Amino acid sequence: MNADKPVSPTRAIEVRGLEKSFGEHLALCGIDLGVNPGECLVIFGPNGAGKTTLLKIMSTLLKPSAGRVFLDGIDIRDKPTEIRRKLSLVSHQTFLYDDLTIFENLKFYAKMYDIGDADKRIREVVAWAQLESRVHDKVGTLSRGLQQRASLARAVLHNPSFLFLDEPEVGLDPHASDMVRDVLSDNDYGSRTVVITTHNLERGLKLGDRIAIVHKGKIVYRVSGQELAGLDFREIYDRYTGTGR
Amino acid sequence: MNRAFTKILAIFWKDLLNEFRTKEIIVSVLVFILLVLVIFNFAFDTGTGASDTVASGILWVALTFGGVIGLNRTFAIEKENSRLEGLMLCPVDRSVIYWGKLAGIFTFMLVIAVVITPVFLALFNLPIFLPRLALIIILALLGFSAVGTLFSALAVNTRSRDIMLPVLLLPVVVPVIVSAVKATGPVLAGMPWGEISTWLQIMVAFDIIYLVIATLVFEYVIEE
Repeated sequence: MNADKPVSPTRAIEVRGLEKSFGEHLALCGIDLGVNPGECLVIFGPNGAGKTTLLKIMSTLLKPSAGRVFLDGIDIRDKPTEIRRKLSLVSHQTFLYDDLTIFENLKFYAKMYDIGDADKRIREVVAWAQLESRVHDKVGTLSRGLQQRASLARAVLHNPSFLFLDEPEVGLDPHASDMVRDVLSDNDYGSRTVVITTHNLERGLKLGDRIAIVHKGKIVYRVSGQELAGLDFREIYDRYTGTGR
Repeated sequence: MNRAFTKILAIFWKDLLNEFRTKEIIVSVLVFILLVLVIFNFAFDTGTGASDTVASGILWVALTFGGVIGLNRTFAIEKENSRLEGLMLCPVDRSVIYWGKLAGIFTFMLVIAVVITPVFLALFNLPIFLPRLALIIILALLGFSAVGTLFSALAVNTRSRDIMLPVLLLPVVVPVIVSAVKATGPVLAGMPWGEISTWLQIMVAFDIIYLVIATLVFEYVIEE
């Protein structure tokens, strides 16, 4: 059985035979993928392809119906609390409380992640997100772009080894969009392994070391960034997802 | 253990701060309960003296249904903006989330009880200083909050959560509410401890049983 093979010691992320069903609807059917440490995997796919479900399972938010996910060689079902300390998820929802300030939100999450010297770390991520002038403003009073920048600050607060971004550019201003790219190239604390889902082919191709297309719960195409040079990815995407017809 | 307690306090403090800013739960529940008390006060014409049993029933009807309104809101706040997912991504045991939310809900209910009980006693021409009533309120609200936190987390993922919560919650909390009604009557009539000790024991047992059960099953309730 594929799911019982020994875990590759070189893979930061290894997904084997992953399946997820919601009632009779099969959202994921037999996903296998591997990502090396420090790599960025970009997953493209149309709405309903299973991208968000895949990221939610990898983040421990959903349990798979079958198959296994290993992060740093650890089965996420075995040590979910330990795994959660190493990962972060950014989606178009910020996970922040509108009636608390940015500082209060970050302080709350700092306590939940046992961050020592939380005030210093909050100052660092707030400076990185260029939110110093708004740090004591309630999140609900911020624009969508600023809220997502605060969400990115929350996501990197505990310096995660794994960063999962689920269509993070939705509703972002160009500056916040650039910040997503900064997160991926931020080597201050060592390299992060990143999985990002997006509809934005141009931006996704710039970010990805590996590219995959998910369609109807399966990975229908995968390629490394270098192998993609010279290929018409739009044509490939349309062919595999049927969106060009 | 110490780390878990720090995180429970963090969730509690966050809920307290949020409520202090919005006043969504306390104000709406207070208005509802005061309205119920005033209506019953007119219905039973306290000038002639409502019986202690009727008065205790009125108090607990108001607190129970007011509490359901408050419970509906506490996890709805976490559902908005997918904040519950943010909480679930934190490296904490799910029971920490339960105890953090429970601490908030129990505190809100106590604050509401502290405000409305003197009003209730005054409206029904009852003595204001009743320390034994405080004990009954604490025990009953703890049991109500213990079950309520669990079912509130369960109902928040359903489409008709406003209806689902009372349907799930009220049958389960009947023992603790009946005990509270039965214990409150003799206290209002000034009867001795012996008259209420059985009901107090039932409430203590209910609280312990449901705190343990809820701590154990919360993980399964909150996930998917």
